[in-house]
Amino acid sequence: MEGNNSNDHYDHEGSKMGMWLFIFTELLFFGGLFFVYAISRYKNETAFALAAEELNVTTGAINTIILLISSATIAMAVSAIQLKKKNITLIFLAITLILAVVFLVNKYFEWGAKIEHGIYPGSEILQQLGYGEILYFGLYFAMTGLHALHIIVGIVIILIISVKVYNEKIHAERFVQLENTGLYWHLVDIIWIFLFPLFYLIV
Amino acid sequence: MVETKKHKIVSYKTYGIILIALIILTFISVFVTRIDLSNLSIVVALSIAGIKSLLVFSFFMHLLYDKKMYSLMVAGVLLVMTLVLIVTFLDYSYL
Repeated sequence: MEGNNSNDHYDHEGSKMGMWLFIFTELLFFGGLFFVYAISRYKNETAFALAAEELNVTTGAINTIILLISSATIAMAVSAIQLKKKNITLIFLAITLILAVVFLVNKYFEWGAKIEHGIYPGSEILQQLGYGEILYFGLYFAMTGLHALHIIVGIVIILIISVKVYNEKIHAERFVQLENTGLYWHLVDIIWIFLFPLFYLIV
Repeated sequence: MVETKKHKIVSYKTYGIILIALIILTFISVFVTRIDLSNLSIVVALSIAGIKSLLVFSFFMHLLYDKKMYSLMVAGVLLVMTLVLIVTFLDYSYL
């Protein structure tokens, strides 16, 4: 079967390798932040445990499950495109998008509640708390914020990919862009898998 | 030219089973950290997170089905991160 642009260069393996190299830079980037967290927690253990109780475990758990399901649906989209099921691919991508938006809405309300209680970087209430609490909430906003930024970028990419699937620029013989988008989305999922226990569950 | 090499198509069922396993592990980690295990709870929570990420890497990210090279590279990056973490902690433990 010929692709739409069968004359230009297409290297599935090379593209995927490039994506993995990008994922490694992301792992090291977030890894650095996790190390800052680890040292800060090690130095301020009681403050971190107390501050963590401010976060709602249920909201965190719901968001974890939302991201896990969205990861599964984008993985299923990669299978669907290879099975030449264009409509099913689009449905899976749509579910992924909806779940990503729901995740962000939850995050919005969660951050909103914190900010309403006067807890945000540089706030007066936070300044009155101890050094450990300032560190904890600084890291909380920085790390979940960067993660949310990755979700927003992911939403934009998945939208573009969905249009390409719809226009049949991405199809069963040429789907590496969809596969790479999936890899990116799973990376965002893995980061959250660690953010959740570290910020919500430690007591 | 269009790629002719066959890619492994993972069934929806496999992804479904992995998803259920991931959700069950999430519930276990919430439950375990609610009961008081003092310092052990962080170890348990992080171990479960480790297992979950291993499942995502292996199945969702296809490391199990792809060339061995990808798994080796991921292992290499994780090794570097572990070493950096150990060295950082050595630094802070002997201040």
